[in-house]
Amino acid sequence: MYDLLGNILTINFRLNGEPCEAVAVAPTKTVLEYLRDDQGLKGTKEGCAEGDCGACSVVLVRNGTDQRVAVNSCLLAVGQLDGAELTTVEGLSERNGELESVQQAIVNEDGTQCGFCTPGFVMALHALRHSEETVSEEIIHDALAGNLCRCTGYRSIVDAARAACTVAVQGTTPRADHETSEAHEVGGQKFFAPKTLAQLVALRAAYPDAPLLSGGTDLGLSFSKGREHFPTTIFTQNVVEMRHIEDRPDSLTIGAAATYTESLPFIEAAWPSFATLVRRIGSRQIRNVGTIGGNIGNASPIGDTPPCLIALDATLQLQGPNGPREIVLEDYFLDYRKTDLAADEVIAAVQVPKLDESQVFRTYKISKRYDQDISAVIGAFRLTIENDVVREARIAFGGMAATPKRAAACEVALIGKTWTEETARKAGTLIAEDFAPIDDHRASAAYRVRVASNLFVRLFRDLAGQDVTEVVTL
Amino acid sequence: MSAAEDIVGAVHTKVRHDSARGHVTGSARYIDDMLELPGTLEVVLVTSPHAHAKIISIDVSAARAADGVRGVVSAADIPGHNDIAPIFDNEPVLAEGIVDYVGAPVVAIGADTYDQGLAAAALVKIVYEELPAVLEIEDALEQQLFTYPPQVITIGDPENAIADAFRKIAGEVRCGGQDHFYLESNVALAIPRDDGDLHIYSSTQHPSEAQHGVAHAVGIPINAVTVEVRRMGGGFGGKESQPTIFAAIAALLATQTGLPAKLRLRRDDDMIVTGKRHDFLFRYTAGFDDDGRIEGVDILMGMRSGNVADLSPGVLARALCHADNCYYLPNAVLRGYPCKTNTVSNTAFRGFGGPQGMLVIEAILEHIARELGVSLDDVRAVNYYGTEDRNVTPYQQTVKDNIIVPLVNELRTKIDFDGMSRAVDEFNASHETLKKGLALMPVKFGISFNTPKLNQAGALVHVYTDGSVHLNHGGTEMGQGLFTKVAQVVASTFQIDLDNIKISATRTDKVPNTSATAASSGSDLNGMAALNASEIIKDRMSDVAASHFGVDSDVIEFRANRVYAGNDSVSFSELAQMTYDERQSLSAAGYYSTPGLHWDAAKMTGNPFNYFTYGAAVAEVVIDTLTGESRVLRADILQDVGRSLNPAIDLGQIEGAFVQGQGWLTSEELVWDKSGQLLTHGPSTYKIPGSRDVPPEFNVHLLEDAPNRFPTVFRSKAVGEPPLMLAISVWLAIRDAVSRTADHRHFVKLDAPATPEVILNAVEDIRMRDRG
Repeated sequence: MYDLLGNILTINFRLNGEPCEAVAVAPTKTVLEYLRDDQGLKGTKEGCAEGDCGACSVVLVRNGTDQRVAVNSCLLAVGQLDGAELTTVEGLSERNGELESVQQAIVNEDGTQCGFCTPGFVMALHALRHSEETVSEEIIHDALAGNLCRCTGYRSIVDAARAACTVAVQGTTPRADHETSEAHEVGGQKFFAPKTLAQLVALRAAYPDAPLLSGGTDLGLSFSKGREHFPTTIFTQNVVEMRHIEDRPDSLTIGAAATYTESLPFIEAAWPSFATLVRRIGSRQIRNVGTIGGNIGNASPIGDTPPCLIALDATLQLQGPNGPREIVLEDYFLDYRKTDLAADEVIAAVQVPKLDESQVFRTYKISKRYDQDISAVIGAFRLTIENDVVREARIAFGGMAATPKRAAACEVALIGKTWTEETARKAGTLIAEDFAPIDDHRASAAYRVRVASNLFVRLFRDLAGQDVTEVVTL
Repeated sequence: MSAAEDIVGAVHTKVRHDSARGHVTGSARYIDDMLELPGTLEVVLVTSPHAHAKIISIDVSAARAADGVRGVVSAADIPGHNDIAPIFDNEPVLAEGIVDYVGAPVVAIGADTYDQGLAAAALVKIVYEELPAVLEIEDALEQQLFTYPPQVITIGDPENAIADAFRKIAGEVRCGGQDHFYLESNVALAIPRDDGDLHIYSSTQHPSEAQHGVAHAVGIPINAVTVEVRRMGGGFGGKESQPTIFAAIAALLATQTGLPAKLRLRRDDDMIVTGKRHDFLFRYTAGFDDDGRIEGVDILMGMRSGNVADLSPGVLARALCHADNCYYLPNAVLRGYPCKTNTVSNTAFRGFGGPQGMLVIEAILEHIARELGVSLDDVRAVNYYGTEDRNVTPYQQTVKDNIIVPLVNELRTKIDFDGMSRAVDEFNASHETLKKGLALMPVKFGISFNTPKLNQAGALVHVYTDGSVHLNHGGTEMGQGLFTKVAQVVASTFQIDLDNIKISATRTDKVPNTSATAASSGSDLNGMAALNASEIIKDRMSDVAASHFGVDSDVIEFRANRVYAGNDSVSFSELAQMTYDERQSLSAAGYYSTPGLHWDAAKMTGNPFNYFTYGAAVAEVVIDTLTGESRVLRADILQDVGRSLNPAIDLGQIEGAFVQGQGWLTSEELVWDKSGQLLTHGPSTYKIPGSRDVPPEFNVHLLEDAPNRFPTVFRSKAVGEPPLMLAISVWLAIRDAVSRTADHRHFVKLDAPATPEVILNAVEDIRMRDRG
């Protein structure tokens, strides 16, 4: 519990409105375990410990923000709470026993059966109720995509959401603006939370083996299920420069520690199709802390944003001891989980050029379930079409190789051709030249090739606007 | 009766789940939420990494010496019998000699913390010698590897009926398994008590079986073990036999160490170690006439039983007894093979074989329809059971309460099925990429455990001198609202407001020798037992009242929280005090056994069901012919629940069951690798439906004015399982959508679950066949 200068520091936050100090708690202990074991707050449940069921949902006002957001406490490290406001299901109802609106609505609609998932639903909807969104059917499903219920069939819960969340909430959420500490140490575990990029780079150099923790939606699995106790962890989401989003007329630069949720409005404005995809990444609980920087950093072959960013010709801004370095994203992915990032470098931001008038962008994700599923295949297409002729094509796929990768043969088959369904279909048939995917539990190799190829036909029909092309839109 | 004279929370009214408030505030406690006694051990399992192997040696010495470890058990440390088989024998708690599936528990460690337990588990040295593994149903069928002898139902002369039929079909179809994915994974907490006794908190649908399993394993009499459960976070059949294993392991460690021991399976372990819904391979031949009337049918069911029998005999019997669904099969041979594979033993899951049995007969009828070029519903129309004749099932029970035809017609009319069908055609004519499909699914489901002896229940009711009532019964609460319904029964019997009834945790020392809360029978059985207990007390109270008022006891009337003799009355609580004062017992044990059941397991004939429940659903879906993605757009349901005990709870049961069934048939896919390792063992890889997957237009209706013609509790009907099978409408609608891409010219080959990949393959297959 010492900072870089040897000062004693602790993890301070507010828990259900009361000041709270995590004393002698390992900083990478999950918030779920901390709540249940250390605080005796048993309302928050563990359903999966992998951020996919939502039973552990709590509401957080992250440090430096004034939004109540739902997050999965099973993937959140206690160190990430520093300076935040945390609300659990125990903190909702009034002392006189009066239920919070969402709770009352769920009771009214018979929205509970076994009740184990219920606290998580309550927290997800509590966050929705306090958001500034205009609540629609679409938004309700968006807000509930991270919560699984096995009993009710959801209809009653959706009705409760409609009843409770369409009424404006009085008052605003106070900003969580508490002083945070740069370092914690408990039981030999160091947890650094630098506030500047320079500090981060220095720590990266000093602890080259320490994992970088951003939202923790991937690394958090190492804490929750992997039961790993890293000697040193470096948390990046307090780094001011990395939370910045810069929106220019010709490009969007997203800081590596900016969350999906924070980035979404900017992505929506520039590439609506990309925004539709982002809304299918994990759930709100995931996107409220997860970052595009992390999605790139972990270099998974099935990450959803890299194919889009490659098709959009994004550039990574890296920072190391010798200063900044830029690299085209496509060149960053070397092999399965291998990247061009040097051991002493960090990803600071990703810069994405916007479309010019002749360009179109579409991305399609194929998975067993529409919401909160990992892609079997994801295709991203940026075409430059002038006078019905394809001038340029940048096409990238995920789930088709060990890294997100461009479909070079398909691109060649399109460039210079008149843009017709036949052109699209023919280009799609070349998928098998570009990729040799694998069989796994998400899909067979044959299906992956077939569907990737068919996505070219969908692309044509979608751009032509002549046919409804996605079942979810009905 | 005026409103003022009604009680609050009577039967047939919409009463909220008794724990609703506890659920939304997080104050409803599940076993893992209970305050732990100091010294409570966390139990960690060491499980088999092999599908089939001989255990050469087990060395736990390093684990035993590890930090925080208080106890270690393997098969050799079991003082009693290493067997928790619910029906047969030799189903071990901890593997002995061999392991026969990946995930089989071999060693259990009790440590101060979970992480210490995990660290110790890594120190356990087990030497295995791998043996050849059988992982596929086909292989087990070919090698005749079964967990118990095959079951066959025969009626008439199917061989000749098929041979003589003018038209014939043959085919093969399969359906996948399903993980229960209850949100609360399995948990057991064993607390040592005096004299070696044990108190077990177990997330079990079957406290008596857990009690027996613990007693046998520890080697103590059944009366030394008490099993208790207040609520579960979902069960769905997955907590019928499976929890016994974990209760026994926790008990063994508690006994060995003298400390409380808690075993909570983490999600992945729960999915790997415990059984699921059985996947089936079906092969069939059928002979029929030009109208599609079935003359003879031969159905082979290859069921994945897994490594041991567990509950498979019951599941297979129910699958065979539901292969008729709503249809009269004059000549049939239904062959069930419980295939022994080196995969986890499959187990009970809502429907218990019924869904699988119905799925194959629907596929057969659809095959006949395609063969004749008529609609599936045309074929159904000539095959529905009659009411006066053509009403004997293949297992020779006469269907006496058949209402399927009027029920189906009511639903079709209510939703204008023909109009919907035309709209689907119109949509398909104007859309290239997306194609819609529409299908109806009728369901007849037999209510009662197939094994007659299980159809009994007990209850314990106390009335206290302030008029408050304590209710206990053998049923367990897993979210289905059983406790609420049974409390309504007691409230209505005593005619007192529901909030006077204290619902209490299920305990084997209060009501002994119970059956599992399963087979949709919870309220039928326990409601009747509680009714019986309440009536015993009520009779005694009536006598006291009669004596008090100086009238005959048959004029005493319990009404609206009071007890009347003509115009004179006392409050219920006053009469309770008077009854005590008169030295009459205010406590009674109630009992019920379902009348008229018999089953000859050797011949596979009898009268296994007390009654049938009926329902129908129509589903409209859309598929993407480029990707195979699908979406359910609309579902309309009409379900017979008799005279509903609680329409709000029944509605929730129907909606939830339908969506769960939809998941089984669409997005929920269990995938094993070639070594027998389950690859889909968490929600990140195993996809149950989310809120967006629910049909945006979802209309559920309870059949009105439909009291059970048999004397069930307040003329209600069971509701837990039957609506799950209504979701077969979704699977049929997807097949219909595929079929419409070639104008119904070909029979669709499409197994369940209908994942995008399966649908796309079916679309491409039918297009290829259409091109010839």
